[in-house]
Amino acid sequence: MAEIIQEEKGKDGKKKTKKHPPHIDMTPMVDLMCLLIVFFMLTTAFSKAKIMEIVLPEKLKDPNQEAPKISASRTQNIILGPYNKIYTYPGTVKPENFNNLPPLRETDFSDSGIRQILLGWNRTLFKKIDDFNQQVISGKIVISQDSVRGAISQLKKVDDTGPIVLIKAYKEANYGNFVDILDEMNICGIAIFMFVDITWYEEDMVEAAVGVASTATASSN
Amino acid sequence: MPKIKLPTKSPRIDMTPMVDLFSVVLIFLMLTTTMRQPEPSIVDTPFSISEKPTPDFNMMTFLISNDGKVYMNFDNGPDTLLQYRPKILQEMGKRYGIEFTPEELRTFEKYKSSLGVPIMQMKEFLNAKNSKARDELQVGIPLDSADNQLGMWILYARQVNPAIQACLKGDAKAEFPVVKKVLDILQERNVNRFNLITSLESAKINLEEIQQ
Repeated sequence: MAEIIQEEKGKDGKKKTKKHPPHIDMTPMVDLMCLLIVFFMLTTAFSKAKIMEIVLPEKLKDPNQEAPKISASRTQNIILGPYNKIYTYPGTVKPENFNNLPPLRETDFSDSGIRQILLGWNRTLFKKIDDFNQQVISGKIVISQDSVRGAISQLKKVDDTGPIVLIKAYKEANYGNFVDILDEMNICGIAIFMFVDITWYEEDMVEAAVGVASTATASSN
Repeated sequence: MPKIKLPTKSPRIDMTPMVDLFSVVLIFLMLTTTMRQPEPSIVDTPFSISEKPTPDFNMMTFLISNDGKVYMNFDNGPDTLLQYRPKILQEMGKRYGIEFTPEELRTFEKYKSSLGVPIMQMKEFLNAKNSKARDELQVGIPLDSADNQLGMWILYARQVNPAIQACLKGDAKAEFPVVKKVLDILQERNVNRFNLITSLESAKINLEEIQQ
C-alpha cells in the first residue's frame, strides 16, 4: 500500500523524499511464530520423569550358602494381594504350624490403611527422623542439604527398634502396587525392607483370606 | 464550517514488539525442549515421592506395557559419542547368526523409541518402509526360558557398556508376574540395583494425627 501512495504523489509532481522507513507487515510472521510456539509447547516434556532406586537381595547361587537369619520378633510380612489389597502378618510361620496358618490382617493403600500400620511399627525411628527434619527446618541444626540424607541414613542404620519388613507379591498384584508399597516404605522411613519371593503357604493364606472375604460378602448379600 | 475529513484508513497495529516477544519465547522453548519420544505403547507410570531425576545416559530402559509386553531401549534421547547402540546390535547379531549391514546399524542407532522386536525380525524391522509396518513387528522381546532374548540383550549391553544402569518403566496396571520375570532375568545377570521410573507426587504425614 505504501508503494501506491508514493506513486500517486509522484504523479502530482511533488518530489517528496520519504522520511519514515517502509512499513513491513509483520502479521504473517506473527502467525508463523504462533504456530511454532504452540508446536513446541505441545511437544515439550517439561516435567522429567523421576526414578526410585531399589536394591534387591542377591540370588543365592551356592546351595550350601544359607540365607541370612533375621529375628522373628521384628519381622513383619506384607503381601500384595489382588484387587489392590494388602495382607500383613507378623513373624514367621514355622513348619509345624503349616496346618494352622496365622490369620492375615487385611488393609489397603490409603493413608489410613497401610501407612498407619507402618508408622505404628516404626514410630520410634520415624519420630527421630521427623525431629531431625524439624530441627533442620527451624535452623537449630545447621547442616548442608547433602549431609541431611547421610544423617538420616545413619539414623536408620543404628536403629534397632523398627520392623524388618518383608514384601511379597501374590501373582494377581500389579506393578503399581509394587511401586506404591516401596514408596510407603520411603514415606514412613522404614530402615530395613526387602522384596522377597512369596512362599506357597503364604499363597494359601492369601487365597484363604480372599475366599473368606468373598464368601462373607456373598452371605451378607 | 468546513467539514472535518475523517481518516478512512483503519489504524495500523505495530506488530514489532509482539514479534520480539514471540521470538524470545520461541528461542527459549527451542533451547529447553527435549522431544517427547513416542513409545510403542502408552505407559502410565505409577507415582512416588522420589525426587531423583532420570539419568540422561548410561541406562537401559525396560518398558513393560499394560498387556504384558516388554520393550527395551538404550539411552533415551540423544545417543552418546560412544555409539554403543550399534555395537550391542552387532553382538546380538553374532550370537544369533545374523549379519547386519552398516545401513541397518545406522537405522538402529538413530531409532529413538523403545524396541520390542524379536531378533529374527530385526532385519525386517530395520528395513521397514514406514512406521505402520514397524509397529506391527513390535510384539515384545521374548523372555521365556526357551528363548531368553531379553537376557542376551542385557548381557551384551553390559559387555559393551559396563556402566549401564537398569531402569524399569512399567505401567501401573501391568501384571506383577511379568515384572517379576524381568527382575529375575536381570538378577540372573547379576543386576541387583534397579531404578524404577515414576512420576512425582507429594505425601505429607501429620505426626499428631497418627499418635492418637
